[in-house]
Amino acid sequence: MDFNYTPEQQQFRDALRRFIDKDYTFEQRNRIIHSEQGISDQAWATLVELGMTALPVPEEQGGFNGSAVDMLVVMQELGRGLLVEPYFATVLGAQFLKLAGSRETLLEQVAAGDLKLAAALGEPQSRHDLSDIATTARKDGDGYVINGAKAVVVHGGQADKLIVSARSAGSQRGTEGVSLFLVDADSTGVTRRDYRTIDGQRAADIRFENVRVPASALLGQEGSGWDILDAAVDYGAALLCAEAVGAMDALNAATLEYLKTRQQFGVPIGKFQALQHRMADMFMQAEQARSMATLAAVKVSSQDARERRRIVSAAKVRVGQALKYVGQQAVQLHGGMGVTNELPAAHHFKRLTMIELTLGDTDHHLARFVAQPDFRKAA
Amino acid sequence: MDLNYTAEDLAFRDTVRAFLDANLPKDLQQKVLNHKRLSKEDIVRWHKIVAKQGWVGTGWPVEYGGTGWSPVQRHIWEEECAAVGTPPIMPFGVNMVAPVIMAFGNEAQKRHYLPRILNCDDWWCQGYSEPGSGSDLASLKTRAERQGGHYIVNGQKTWTTLAQHADMIFCLVRTDPNVRKQEGISFLLIDMHTPGITVRPIIMLDEEHEVNEVFFDNVKVPAENLIGEENKGWTYAKYLLGHERTNIAAVGRAKRELQFLKRVAEKQQKNGKPLLEDPVFAAKVASLEIEIMALEITVLRVLSQEGSKRGPGPEASMLKVKGTEVQQTLTELMVEAVGPYALPFDPAYLEGEHEHSVTGDDDAAPLAPYYFNYRKTSIYGGSNEIQKNIITQMILGL
Repeated sequence: MDFNYTPEQQQFRDALRRFIDKDYTFEQRNRIIHSEQGISDQAWATLVELGMTALPVPEEQGGFNGSAVDMLVVMQELGRGLLVEPYFATVLGAQFLKLAGSRETLLEQVAAGDLKLAAALGEPQSRHDLSDIATTARKDGDGYVINGAKAVVVHGGQADKLIVSARSAGSQRGTEGVSLFLVDADSTGVTRRDYRTIDGQRAADIRFENVRVPASALLGQEGSGWDILDAAVDYGAALLCAEAVGAMDALNAATLEYLKTRQQFGVPIGKFQALQHRMADMFMQAEQARSMATLAAVKVSSQDARERRRIVSAAKVRVGQALKYVGQQAVQLHGGMGVTNELPAAHHFKRLTMIELTLGDTDHHLARFVAQPDFRKAA
Repeated sequence: MDLNYTAEDLAFRDTVRAFLDANLPKDLQQKVLNHKRLSKEDIVRWHKIVAKQGWVGTGWPVEYGGTGWSPVQRHIWEEECAAVGTPPIMPFGVNMVAPVIMAFGNEAQKRHYLPRILNCDDWWCQGYSEPGSGSDLASLKTRAERQGGHYIVNGQKTWTTLAQHADMIFCLVRTDPNVRKQEGISFLLIDMHTPGITVRPIIMLDEEHEVNEVFFDNVKVPAENLIGEENKGWTYAKYLLGHERTNIAAVGRAKRELQFLKRVAEKQQKNGKPLLEDPVFAAKVASLEIEIMALEITVLRVLSQEGSKRGPGPEASMLKVKGTEVQQTLTELMVEAVGPYALPFDPAYLEGEHEHSVTGDDDAAPLAPYYFNYRKTSIYGGSNEIQKNIITQMILGL
């Protein structure tokens, strides 16, 4: 048993932290958020230079074949640093490509930082149930025609290519008959409405109107895309848990610092027991969340899909519970300052809140945990 | 990052499992698994079986007859015992007074007491809390005055667990009332059979006689029963605190009790279906199960940081808080699961005086007493509020 990070993991953690502290400060991030583009080419170039785009890509495609535990380290730093670049979206997209197989050239482009991806999965009616797919893919000659609408696709407006879930058979809600396609974002019939999200990122609503794609656009087998989608989304959820832990660490550190410096009644407010115990609870919440994010990172690549689902959902639940407590109480302990937009703490709170709602909220994952055979079998 | 036990640890676990399989008496196991009350004889019987194997002193160095196990091995032992349902090894001798004797006692004390503790020849109890000294332990008032070769002890201890069985008590006593409160305390070992000691039961919510008041009326204690130096008792008490809290999270037991809860909730019906299929109840159980999963990893993280140090650091306070929250939620959901069958109260059944409980639902009978009894967990061993003070001061630096 060993909970330490390897020297290599510590190295890229430190490199990322140096980059964020120096070139991705709160002020610089604010300028990026309010820029026309909403992301920074310069920051992207640095992430590429630091090997971050190559990290999750297999070695054969010019990557470092990084594990989910490597990504746990990366995502914690990005959560701490409130990165708003389309990095997570691209890594999640690359996971679809890895799981589907035979997309070597594209993975090489991801590794080199030349290709940005986004996963267009959710729809206006689907909430967190990604098997609720009204978008259709009709076979047409040697290709497919896609029609439908995808909602709140994170960094969908910045992506070069989209992973799109569509129904080629079966009823609207169900895991049978789901097909996955890789679609050029500028294909004829694709319209993207790009907007800001409240946590400083970008997302897009995307319409597909008679979008014609060749058979080679199909990821995996026609009609049996669900297992890939389910596994890729679990990978994404595990990464979001890691990002949340980094954000909670930053938030707890900022709150602790505030308790030590803010003076009222002639003493630092951290001398008041009501606030001390709140802070102790925030600390314990973050530690329990860290344990589950770690477990999820270790188990998300498990060949046993049942174990993977069970543990990732458990992690998303526990992290979701923790981030609400830590986020809300951090704002409370910062007092009036906590409800302004001026402190990084407020932005960590907003990001955490949105992480909970991304790739399945706490209730969704709690229900999924209960629905796993192991929940009843164990009894 | 590697969450797996080493091959060596796994082999050790096999050895432990084989031992428990061969040596845990079935009648004791059934009592534990069915939440019945354990007698003194039950506990001593199990202790002596483990002692014969040489596995009582799991945190002790080999030179004193301990196992010399690593923190991970201790954890495995505790987990395996909890999984199958062994009676407890009482902590008062083995985990509490023994480390203090080893660290601060003299040779004669070590030679006399340590082997007797390993073999359960004496039943020990703890004389810390007093009516006016709970969380503020250092304010204790029980006086010990030196008269020649003896101390004369007067005062009262309370919440003394199973003092009705005890042969020995380790006490914090005030030897100097004229200095700062922490500086006038001494650590004294007292024979419970000495004239002047009276034990009076305190009956808890579940009507069990688990704790007591202990009165000292001019009790004559030989001076050689003093541990270390006079007026240094507070230092020894703080040292003890670090040893008291191993396995405080009790994850192994929580995992076993979760399975029990699920079994009960499978049997109970709601709307014609097993209660465990009810989405509202299932969500509560799932949330608890996830908390236990998280706690298990947190415990392992603390253990792996502990390394060769003796006892965990202030992180133990987190384990105590989270562990007791889990234990209390478990008992809360058990009571909820059996619904109206939580009401019938049959202490004679719990004592093993008849085979089946008054209603015939033997799973349900112990659950309300269990729930009421377990409200103690967030109060004893340093209340959870005191644990948060420790986290605040030692980890957060506030």
